[in-house]
Amino acid sequence: MDQLIHQILSGLATGGIYASVALALVMIYQATHLVNFAQGELAMFATYLAWALIQAGVPYWGAFAITVVSAFVGGVLIERIIIRPVENAPILAVVIVFIALLVIFNSLAGWIFSYTIKPFPSPFPAEPLFGNSYVSSHELGSMAITLVVLLMLFVFFRYTPLGLAMRAAAQNPESSRLVGIRVGWMLALGWGLAAAIGAIAGMMVAPTVFLEPNMMGGILLYAFAGALLGGIDSPGGAVLGGFIVGVLENVVGAYVGTELKLTVALIVIVGVLVVRPSGLFGKVHVTRV
Amino acid sequence: MSTAATSLAMPAAPSVVDAARRRRQLIGVGILIVAACVLPFLVGNYRVFQLTLVLAYSIALLGLNMLTGYNGQISLGHGAFYAIGAYTAAILMDKAGMPYWMTIPIAGAVCMVAGFLFGLPALRLEGLYLALATFALGVAMPQILKHKSLEHWTGGVQGIVIVKPDAPEGLGLSQDQWLYFFTLAWVVVMFFVGWNLLRGRIGRAMVAIRDQPVAAQAMGVNTSLVKSLTFGVSALYTGVAGALGSIAIQFVAPDSFNIFLSITLVVGVVIGGLASISGAIYGAFFIQFIPNVADQISKAAPWAIYGIFLLAFMYAMPTGVAGFVRILRARLRR
Amino acid sequence: MTIVSLRPLRWLAASAALAVASLSPNVFAQAAKYGPGASATEIKLGQTMPYSGPASAYGTIGKLHQAYFKMINDNGGINGRKVNLISLDDGYSPPKTVEQVRRLVEQDEVLALFQTLGTPPNSAIHKYVNGKKVPHLLLATGATKWGDPKNFPWTMGFNLSYQSEGEIYAKWLLKTKPDAKVAILYQNDDYGKDVLKGVKDGLGAAGAKMIVKEATYEVTDPTVDSQIIALQGSGADTFINITTPKFGAQAVRKAWDSGWKPLHIINNVSASVGSVLIPAGLDKSVGLVTVQYYKDPNDPQWKDDPAMLEWRAFMGRYYKEGDPKDASNLYAYITAQTMVQILKQCGNDLTRENVMKQAASLKNFKSALLLPGMSMNTSPTDFFPIQQAQLAKFTGQLWQGFGDVISTGAQP
Repeated sequence: MDQLIHQILSGLATGGIYASVALALVMIYQATHLVNFAQGELAMFATYLAWALIQAGVPYWGAFAITVVSAFVGGVLIERIIIRPVENAPILAVVIVFIALLVIFNSLAGWIFSYTIKPFPSPFPAEPLFGNSYVSSHELGSMAITLVVLLMLFVFFRYTPLGLAMRAAAQNPESSRLVGIRVGWMLALGWGLAAAIGAIAGMMVAPTVFLEPNMMGGILLYAFAGALLGGIDSPGGAVLGGFIVGVLENVVGAYVGTELKLTVALIVIVGVLVVRPSGLFGKVHVTRV
Repeated sequence: MSTAATSLAMPAAPSVVDAARRRRQLIGVGILIVAACVLPFLVGNYRVFQLTLVLAYSIALLGLNMLTGYNGQISLGHGAFYAIGAYTAAILMDKAGMPYWMTIPIAGAVCMVAGFLFGLPALRLEGLYLALATFALGVAMPQILKHKSLEHWTGGVQGIVIVKPDAPEGLGLSQDQWLYFFTLAWVVVMFFVGWNLLRGRIGRAMVAIRDQPVAAQAMGVNTSLVKSLTFGVSALYTGVAGALGSIAIQFVAPDSFNIFLSITLVVGVVIGGLASISGAIYGAFFIQFIPNVADQISKAAPWAIYGIFLLAFMYAMPTGVAGFVRILRARLRR
Repeated sequence: MTIVSLRPLRWLAASAALAVASLSPNVFAQAAKYGPGASATEIKLGQTMPYSGPASAYGTIGKLHQAYFKMINDNGGINGRKVNLISLDDGYSPPKTVEQVRRLVEQDEVLALFQTLGTPPNSAIHKYVNGKKVPHLLLATGATKWGDPKNFPWTMGFNLSYQSEGEIYAKWLLKTKPDAKVAILYQNDDYGKDVLKGVKDGLGAAGAKMIVKEATYEVTDPTVDSQIIALQGSGADTFINITTPKFGAQAVRKAWDSGWKPLHIINNVSASVGSVLIPAGLDKSVGLVTVQYYKDPNDPQWKDDPAMLEWRAFMGRYYKEGDPKDASNLYAYITAQTMVQILKQCGNDLTRENVMKQAASLKNFKSALLLPGMSMNTSPTDFFPIQQAQLAKFTGQLWQGFGDVISTGAQP
């Protein structure tokens, strides 16, 4: 029983990682109706930026703030410069552009920062809360930060005019233009926010998994699964999906065996999707004939 | 799904102009085949080996194109079918002592069944969700291949070494040249069959499902059957390619077939040109040779250069090389 | 005036010289013999390295080789010939390795392959290079099958064989802690399984009772926390950690954070102070046990060691972007020294056959970066250059060797 609790708690901790990256994926989806496969690599690159700042002596929260802002600006620039030319191309062409970004950022990070793993500091105390041996303070802290970001996103989309404009631009670009929304800039803003969220996710993830260029690869897969499981158009669902995937992965690994952990976890996820094709909390789309 | 590709995919109604065009096409294809037959005698064995891989990839890309380009179902996991085909051939040759040429159709058949079975539950999934399901398949395949229970057959992490077949006596061909021609023969067969399939009723049904699924169903197209069949046929093609490729490489191992292979196949299809048969060949050349070119340009960050190539191709030719060729031809005709 | 013709004199002088030469063949240098890839001015070597992909952390090995051979060339080369190492990326993908090696052999026509990295990549080309009779030297992997001169006379490994390493741990456990309850974490690939086999072979019949839990992980897994929890939950008091650096560090840290303090044996690949223990936490790494056969660059005890200083000088001068904390860079240096030794031994006979012959004739070749008391030996029946190791325990600051240098003996 104790084992099970331990695995579940640890699963929640890893799930927190997936949830934060899933949030960035959902953010991009809400703004552009596309899933950005390069999200992980952008987050990793931003985290390296933070690392370089910290190495140069900038205090943690200062580096954090600079990184988040830089990531935001970077995201906007990427949308305007790199994505804009293929805005009207077939979806798969855009997917190729995403793959290109993924490969470029991964390769650049390896070239500039080398491939040896680097420890990344955590802003949270090293001692576990109440001295427990199940979850570290960092893991609890990252989960808290993910939930805070989620709340901020929720408020932003639901209650601010800008959030409404963004949602409109993604759902119906033509009509949005007709009411005066600058659709192009809404997309760029979406990318900027997603990049910023990704940077935060990266900085929360790196202390646990260690910073290296391939750090996000495995995480992106599970984050993607979690986001879709919860429903790609529901930020809350995506976060929940991330946590579920984390726990599922751990429990399957512990009780079915680690040799088929990946396979079984993915089978379960796909199975859920077959039953509920839009994810647990996603909106079911009704198409007009 | 993609709207730009629609106009490129629908075959025109028969007419007199068409017959002339058909003859021109046939002559063009004939010239291509002759050129392909002459090539291995002009370059060294190493290049012949690379070209054999291009041929194998082109079959895989045609298969994936059927599914994604013509039928609109995204698959990010076709590397799994390539792996199944490769392993089927390897296991049959290694454990059952079967001659290499017999393994190819069997690999195709096995993959057809696998693809069909996978396509059935995937019927419920659309777009992104299907992408995830296929992505899951692609990611999980190496782990499945490594599993203890299959180890006796698959050789586990050590993989299987395949003996290179010799050219038949008296032909005076090197092993590499023989394998090239063997693969070329399969390319001609598979492409011809594919061309007929896509031109005919099933091909039109596939495209109809891609563009207007509800209307297609209303017109009497059995969407479930066509979609699952397309998955099966697409997997068949990719499996045949996997078998041919593995014989050329003479080695299969689980980690040769990771998710990056699936992504590479998607890149090949899009760069080559969605919903186009010639696109498969352009795409195959791209995925085989561009990484080498990138490596030559920059030793420090070759994949960054590869990414830049991808961007350049997508900016200049968003409908792929085949789409670009079509546009060029249309312009020249004016 | 008669002009005395000097021609007959010259002719006489030439034949006299020839006569003298034929009497003492050793006084004058032998006529040079060249195979593919070798000439009076150049020696071409080839290798594939994972500069991209999941194993890209090892790409630094290839980069260090380039730097090392540049240094050699700057100092006149080997017997007056410059070394040209053609290093190609295979992304740790066997099909790519096949393609690149075929290019190196058939297009670039290299004299020999040197330090091709990874077990699956090398498995893919094993038969090919032996069929083509190309020396396949000093492979950067510890798989045991590279030391099989009878069936594969052109392939020679380098690393301490993974199975030998596993056996050393097993035999040490049997001797010092025969009632241990052992939990094992291993990477689900050929490398992990090879060490595991060594452990199980070494434990023999006792293994069934001693090993209470095994867990695997894939390189695509983000963390191994779940596996550590499961292993801890099995009640084991001994933990054998067969991982690569990133996961080794995660395992060390998670075990400590979870309050699990077993006898923690960590394999050599993940024992680097700079790449693994510092990120994991030096305080959390106290008591770790491993085997070593070369000096750790972060180990304070070698701070003033002449060989270490020489290596640091090299890094500073020729490979500035290399990480001096990464043990791979030291490992690569030793392999390059070994290759240079083999080429030196070839003298002016640079055929592939002679390269192979010299590779199989290393007699007590000491790289000063190996641990004291260790040297490399090969013979026509022994294709394992490194067959010695020493157990070491981590004090929190450095790896303290204990016990004798263990010789693992020739393996089948």
